[in-house]
Amino acid sequence: MVKVEKPDEFIDEEGKRVDGRDLNELRPVKIEANVLNRADGSCYIELGDNKIYAAVYGPREVHPRHLQEPDRAIVRYKYSMAPFSVSDRKRPGPGRRSKEISKVSEEALESAIFLEKYPKSVIDVFVEIVESAAGTRTTSLTAASVACADAGIPMRDLIASCASGKIDEEIVLDLNEPEDNHGDADVPVAMMPRTEDITLLQMDGDLTAEEIDEAIDLAKEGCKQLYEEQKNALKSKYGGK
Amino acid sequence: MDEEIIAEIEKDYIFDLIQKGTRSDERNLEEYRDINIETNYVKKADGSAKVSLGDTKVVTGVKMETGEPFEDTPDQGVLITNAELNAMASPVYEPGPPGKEATEISRVVDRGIRESEAIDLKSLCIEEGEEVWMVFVDVHVIDQGGNLFDVSMISAISALLTAEIPYEQYDKDPEATSLNINTIPVSCTALKCGNGIIYDPTYIEERIGETRLTVITDSSENIVGMQKGLGGSWTQEEIKEVVKTSTQKGKEIRKTIKSSI
Repeated sequence: MVKVEKPDEFIDEEGKRVDGRDLNELRPVKIEANVLNRADGSCYIELGDNKIYAAVYGPREVHPRHLQEPDRAIVRYKYSMAPFSVSDRKRPGPGRRSKEISKVSEEALESAIFLEKYPKSVIDVFVEIVESAAGTRTTSLTAASVACADAGIPMRDLIASCASGKIDEEIVLDLNEPEDNHGDADVPVAMMPRTEDITLLQMDGDLTAEEIDEAIDLAKEGCKQLYEEQKNALKSKYGGK
Repeated sequence: MDEEIIAEIEKDYIFDLIQKGTRSDERNLEEYRDINIETNYVKKADGSAKVSLGDTKVVTGVKMETGEPFEDTPDQGVLITNAELNAMASPVYEPGPPGKEATEISRVVDRGIRESEAIDLKSLCIEEGEEVWMVFVDVHVIDQGGNLFDVSMISAISALLTAEIPYEQYDKDPEATSLNINTIPVSCTALKCGNGIIYDPTYIEERIGETRLTVITDSSENIVGMQKGLGGSWTQEEIKEVVKTSTQKGKEIRKTIKSSI
């Protein structure tokens, strides 16, 4: 078993975190749109050591048919982790964690899509975690919305997503693995950056109401930075300024 | 929905080109698409490779852990090969446990590694009958552009060639065992379309193929595995021809693998 060690202190005297970041700093991010040939839309993202592919098929016919909605499209979001993406090999197939993440991510993503334009159809979103290093659900959503845009699906906005959390009594942006495993709280947030409407929010740990407010504020800042990277990825693929 | 619909006119066009000795992407019948191999790609894996062959993309990760040997081979490590056709790879794939196609791929890749004795499983014994290294090879197809057998084999062996046993993680003596890869098994897949035999088929070419033959060779050019697939049939003469060409092509692919890792 590999355990991510708990550091003696999460934040040093100079206010730097264990990986040298500032409290409000994201890990290095790389986003590329349209990386797969067969999918209607796709995206590859790296955030720190996270490596994730997202692919979109649709809008297309719904199978099985009883899932059809007469007046709108449905979204099916499948989050899955490769067995080699984590320290101890994960058995293939979805567990309870993957199913829950798929459900909340599906709901977070669909609020950005003009579903009413495609009655009786489905938009399938597949996310594959090739390497996992804390923050996979949020990073997946960030990639999935770029893949939707790449597929040409009309949307109100992209969904940008990242987490904030609490370590050593401080609220920080984008938890890394030791912070995620041994920190005091984790707050994944997704939003439509243009309106700042929040479409995913979870929390585990122990925070006061004021700290939650601060955590959401910080996560929003992170989402806005990711939003710029998302737009750049699409622009560099399709041109425009 | 288990097969994509491809226009008859497109199938006819591709078929006719093959009869004339050429292909829609201007390759000759035996020519492979560009192979691109990136190893040590996933830090959390003990070995990994991202491989593209034309439009096909596969990510393979190797994980090793300690465990009990099988009762009939108490002095040998355990090799387990899995293939997953991720739903993102093709509009006709669905999420769920591996189906027939994925199982066939994982079995053929496993056969190539096992029968070529690329891994000396005896060297992975820690204590006879008690504890051995278990090697998991997980092949993930993320873009189905055709010829999954060959690209899966390339990515599996590339990941294994760069894999390192996690001794420290399991508190084991690094002197005692090693993962020496002795030979590089490579598969070559031929597809018969009318009077033409093509290699490295694209997924559309696979739709018009009548029958398929995969030949796996090792570094000494021994043939270590074969798999005939699809309906249709081969004559013995054709098989001889395919074995000869596959051995030759295998040599070229092996060179690419060696220069990429």
